[in-house]
Amino acid sequence: MNSLSDFMLVSAMLFGIGVYGLVTKRNALRLLFAVEIMINAANLNFIAFGQYLPFEGSAQTALPNAFGQTFVLFSIALAAAEAAVILAIVVVAYRLHRDVDVSELKSLEG
Amino acid sequence: MMVLTVGSAIVALEAKEIVYGAIGLAGSLFGVAALFFLLDAPYVAVFQIAVYIGAVAVLILFTVMLVREEKWAKEAPATSLTKIAGALTGLAITIALAVAAVDTNLSQYTTISNSATFVNIGQLISTGDAPILLTLALVLAASVVGALTLSRADREEPGK
Repeated sequence: MNSLSDFMLVSAMLFGIGVYGLVTKRNALRLLFAVEIMINAANLNFIAFGQYLPFEGSAQTALPNAFGQTFVLFSIALAAAEAAVILAIVVVAYRLHRDVDVSELKSLEG
Repeated sequence: MMVLTVGSAIVALEAKEIVYGAIGLAGSLFGVAALFFLLDAPYVAVFQIAVYIGAVAVLILFTVMLVREEKWAKEAPATSLTKIAGALTGLAITIALAVAAVDTNLSQYTTISNSATFVNIGQLISTGDAPILLTLALVLAASVVGALTLSRADREEPGK
């Protein structure tokens, strides 16, 4: 558990689980779970690459490479906003349709 | 750590009760935070615990428990064809990514070459990335206002 490819393996597994959830589940909350898992897989990859790979620019500026971590901080904040909005939409959809099954929400279809 | 993360992710999607699914999701997020610690990124790990487990997981749990009705747990069982297709898709993507990770020379990187402290992150955020930070603040504010408006407009509905 100490090389870059180990973390990439975990990330690949998480992403695969997220895809499986997105394809098979119909409950809107489960879809939210699956999306969160996939976002976490991507974040894990960002951090792993940012920490392991050498960064040429840091030699000139004498600063360690913090781009991966910074990007993940932004990504986490965006995911939190997204989760709040999705939960509000799910609650409203439930009150309107009495259902959280996404295949039953016919009025959202184009 | 790997087992905790991946196992909890599976529990999050496959648990019968959606409350247990939410708890499984929290476990998976916690596992990812532990991996961040292993990657020598403690600031991001603490941020992940604070935001994801402290806010998102608790938000989901409270929503599920407050609007506790049978239909939330109920789920039309997926047809076996969908299930097989989903499992195959997920497995194919996992294997493709895993082969890509193992087959390349990425496993030669075994030492962490960047150990940026939170000071470096702060410098980066407050200088070069400041526009992103401001945009993100606006997006967060807009999403919170949007979520509040959605639930408030809905509450007026029955009175009409």
